[in-house]
Amino acid sequence: MSAFHGTKMNPSKFHKSQLKFFVFLIPLAVFMALPIVYVFFHAFKPIDELFAYPPRFFVEKPTWQNFADLFGRANASGVPMSRYLFNSIVITLIVVFLTIIISTMAGYALSKKEFKLKKTIFEINTLALMFVPAAVAIPRYLIIDELGLINNFLVHILPLLAMPIGLFLVKQFIDQIPNELIEAAKLDGASDIHIFTKIIIPLVKPAIATIAILSFQLVWNSVESSTLYVNDEGLKTFSFYMSTLTSQATGNVVAGQGMAAAASLIMFVPNLIIFIVLQSQVMNTMAHSGIK
Amino acid sequence: MTKNKRDFSQWFFLGPYILFFTAFIVIPVGAGILLSFTYFNAIEAPTFIGLSNYVSLLTQDEVFMQKILPNTLTFALIVGPGGYILSFILAWSLAQVPKKIRTVLALIIYSPSMTAGVAMAVVWTIIFSGDQTGYLNSMLITMGVLLEPIQWLQSPEYLMKIMILVTLWGSMGVGFLAMLSGVLNINSEIYEAGYIDGIKNRFQEVIYITIPSMKPQMLFGAVMAVVGTFQAGAIGVALSGANPTPQYAGQLMVNHLEDFGFIRYEMGYAAAISVVLLIVVYAFSKVAWRLFGEKD
Repeated sequence: MSAFHGTKMNPSKFHKSQLKFFVFLIPLAVFMALPIVYVFFHAFKPIDELFAYPPRFFVEKPTWQNFADLFGRANASGVPMSRYLFNSIVITLIVVFLTIIISTMAGYALSKKEFKLKKTIFEINTLALMFVPAAVAIPRYLIIDELGLINNFLVHILPLLAMPIGLFLVKQFIDQIPNELIEAAKLDGASDIHIFTKIIIPLVKPAIATIAILSFQLVWNSVESSTLYVNDEGLKTFSFYMSTLTSQATGNVVAGQGMAAAASLIMFVPNLIIFIVLQSQVMNTMAHSGIK
Repeated sequence: MTKNKRDFSQWFFLGPYILFFTAFIVIPVGAGILLSFTYFNAIEAPTFIGLSNYVSLLTQDEVFMQKILPNTLTFALIVGPGGYILSFILAWSLAQVPKKIRTVLALIIYSPSMTAGVAMAVVWTIIFSGDQTGYLNSMLITMGVLLEPIQWLQSPEYLMKIMILVTLWGSMGVGFLAMLSGVLNINSEIYEAGYIDGIKNRFQEVIYITIPSMKPQMLFGAVMAVVGTFQAGAIGVALSGANPTPQYAGQLMVNHLEDFGFIRYEMGYAAAISVVLLIVVYAFSKVAWRLFGEKD
């Protein structure tokens, strides 16, 4: 046997041999966290600290003023900020919910049903993991126009519902469920719908949590639909509104800073909370994420 | 009768997905390919012009050949493999520290990718702001490195570097999580067997045991890295606040096609750019498939 003992994966406790990892992991994590920590401080800075020279990283007299300004502000066309936030919340809830249902249903069919095109459909979907929506922005625009979705609230929702990566992950996960379980349920006279809602859904909760997070990030952060497909200010989303706060075109860079930081925080915090709550489920799903 | 019904039940479950998948992914890609052979200005009906768009793209579009293509390749080659290798090293290191601290560190490293791109561009525009109240400028001036502020985001010299930094910062996403879970799930007996077979050091161990044992996750991570890289195209425009970016310094293919499609309304030409972009993405992924895919 060789003298080399190699790597101890997933250790249960700290050992000084792990120090070499901490030496670069911790500084790197600090560096990566800096911009985010910075947003936190910036959002609570009063106006004199925002423009203090030299600029300071930490906030000294924290205030809710930026949030108050943000909520009290209506833009040039008279649409209050709360309207954008309301739109975003409604859109996000609908998209996340529907994406989960649609992907899980499709995943069930692709994993547990036997039919001719099954393999082909899954392969096309795996190919579509590489799909970059921005690349086909123009034909997409034409189709959305053709469908009469321009300036329609649904344009924020419909294009995001088919999520190749969501279907991919949930299908891989459903593959882990033994077929015998489903056969047994069928023998007991369970209908397809019953099997889907009472067996599949409870067993694939980790994958559902993962789809929820991914589709949340996609829709919550998306500015594409508001920029390209919607002209009516009252139908645009919060992420779009935020991107206008410091936009150089409107010369807002300086005046909007505090509000922009507050808005960034409102954008970021839900992502963070959802991920913290669901992270163990996500890791569980990722164990089956491999492409074979 | 019931048996007959069951035979079609898969379409009930697949139907909604296929509907949206076709409408917003398949048809746009197909329409893009068709449009790329036409002249189309969004007002008159498209006229068929064969390969002209591709010919002008490759022979007459000086900006494309001199700026866009080199920019896109530089950006993609640094951010793609760079972010990917970094993800793997981080995942591999994190797997070797205790669970509690690993969870916290993984969360911190993953968090930038949650708001990647445009949402965080606001923060970066403040940090890299061009006057002396910009954080970076002020810091460098105080330290005596600079005498006067630099217009970071308007400067052709720095814009690309900043774009790469910002994108790398936000690139530890789903692929990173997949690789982390891949490393953690390798059976320890495989390592034992490797030591008996004469693995002598960590490098050999990573090359001969760790990576081959998690090929599927490596492939998933690679595909995510490729897609993430090309999706990040909007960052240059978001940072500099202009399309085209100053002197085309950070202009990537995605921006070029938006420039032609939505600003100049040369939709046929823009569609040809889309097709080239999709081919580039596909070629990059194909390389990943070669490296990690299972041979049938």
